[in-house]
Amino acid sequence: MSAILTYALHYQGEFNKNSLGAVSEGAKLAKELGGEAAAVVVGDGEDLTDELCASLGKYGAGKVYRAKAPEGLAQPVVDVMAKVIQDEGYKYALFGGGLLGFEIGAGLTARLNAGVTMEVTEVAAQDGKLVAKRPILQDSAVVDVDYVSEPGIIIGRLNAFDLAEAGDDQAEVVDVEVQLEEHSTKASMVQRGEQRGADVNIEDADLLVAGGRGLGKAEGFELCEQLAEALGGAVAATRAVVDAGWYPYAAQIGQTGKTVAPKLYLAAGISGAIQHKVGMQASENIVAINKDPNAPIFEFSDLGVVGDLNKILPKLTEAVKAKRGG
Amino acid sequence: MKICVLVKEVPDAAVEKRLDQGTKRLDRTGEKNLNPFDTHAIEAAMQIREGGAVDIDEIVAVTMGPESAFRALHKAVSLGADRSVHLTDETLAGSDVCATGYALARVLESESPDLVLLGQQSDDGECYTIGAVVADHLKMPSLTQVIKIDVEEGALKCERQAEYGYDTVQVQLPAVISVGDAINEPRYPSLKAIMGAKKKQLDTKSASDVDIEAGRVGEDGSRTAVLAVNPPPQKEAGEIIEDEDTGETVDKIVSWLDERKLLA
Repeated sequence: MSAILTYALHYQGEFNKNSLGAVSEGAKLAKELGGEAAAVVVGDGEDLTDELCASLGKYGAGKVYRAKAPEGLAQPVVDVMAKVIQDEGYKYALFGGGLLGFEIGAGLTARLNAGVTMEVTEVAAQDGKLVAKRPILQDSAVVDVDYVSEPGIIIGRLNAFDLAEAGDDQAEVVDVEVQLEEHSTKASMVQRGEQRGADVNIEDADLLVAGGRGLGKAEGFELCEQLAEALGGAVAATRAVVDAGWYPYAAQIGQTGKTVAPKLYLAAGISGAIQHKVGMQASENIVAINKDPNAPIFEFSDLGVVGDLNKILPKLTEAVKAKRGG
Repeated sequence: MKICVLVKEVPDAAVEKRLDQGTKRLDRTGEKNLNPFDTHAIEAAMQIREGGAVDIDEIVAVTMGPESAFRALHKAVSLGADRSVHLTDETLAGSDVCATGYALARVLESESPDLVLLGQQSDDGECYTIGAVVADHLKMPSLTQVIKIDVEEGALKCERQAEYGYDTVQVQLPAVISVGDAINEPRYPSLKAIMGAKKKQLDTKSASDVDIEAGRVGEDGSRTAVLAVNPPPQKEAGEIIEDEDTGETVDKIVSWLDERKLLA
């Protein structure tokens, strides 16, 4: 039975971490439904080799449908996935979050008159169907959503699904020919990726030091950078300081920025507004340093330090250096 | 060129939002306001008009919602829209994303815009999706979370932050563009504009006025159903250190990190 179809985003010969999470989650759920999981890859470059596509088997994909079409844009992928779902009868389409996943999932909703849930943090198989759990209203409640018809579209919150290598299996690679809809050819990529001093890849960093307004001034980020370097991690920022021009937008965590789930999230001078929380609450360990003992961030941090970060951060950097060096 | 801006009435930010346990819909009583994200879309339309690269014949604010939603349209008009359209019908209540996108596409079709703008998300829920749903129904190219728009001949050059950094995408018109709130700083309406808003043309349309198929909207036309509403998982309160002796505090932090193997 064709159970779950996922989309695997790639860039320069590598799959996106969130996509691999979705493929892993899809494989797990498909097994529970008693069916097969597959993935769709779309691109127009030479990097989508048989080997790369087949490697999705390691994460549990039985089949990989490969289509030649412009990459980095959603609508061509909608055309490809709609065709595969209609031809092969997949019951659910699953996305690992991220901007393209939202766009493709939304496009499929319209094309297939299908139900959609987004910002999903958990999916459960019940009675041969999937139920999606989705936090709503600033995470003050979680709703369980049922699909009243097939197919159903599930768009995960960033980092909601864990990447899991299942073994050394190779997926069967199937080339599909898809006639793109006319409107899907009317957007074209002029320039893709990076720019604006964006050597920031906070989403893949295991350790993040994030700075907020409590740093006091743009130069305060030097303290974060030094600590991040000592830890072997990267620096992130809140909306408030990005708006103030203290740090690049690409490092912004939260509702209008990125969602991360590193092993360590050290928040310096961050109050912990909900818009920020949604971007980092899945972190394994949250340490907060803030001089205001009533800051909301202390409600969801694992270790809270009430104090002056200008005093604490430099000493912490030295101590971390000494510990890691020794 | 004609621009339609999709707007939505949402509970005011100051109102505590909750679900009605009976209907499992958002409790929409209490103060309401124009979705703050939509003000960026209206501002983007105004800046395209004022930029002068293309003649804008009309900016039309369009909403779907209960009778009270006309206030969001007044606000949209006070911010610069020339007139507004209100799709309202009892049959639309309880529509999910799939049904809402379909209904909005029908009302937009009746306006034949060259450009549809909307905010990246609504304050009360449907994150990031409506633009792409509407675009597929209208068979228009689409891009979401756009933070910069340059008008070109018959097209828009749009910039946005995606998975691997900043993408620049050229989108031919007609198109559906959702904008991120980093795109601009919305202006405040003048007192005169606020007073004048009620006098601007506001067309109220029913579902049948725009040929919406009854079976595709409302609770019956929705493809998802909320089974349960639960409180979020509670996280145990963490350890707190009051910094009195910074040397000691730092030692405590380091051993805490080390115990969790974060200093390898």
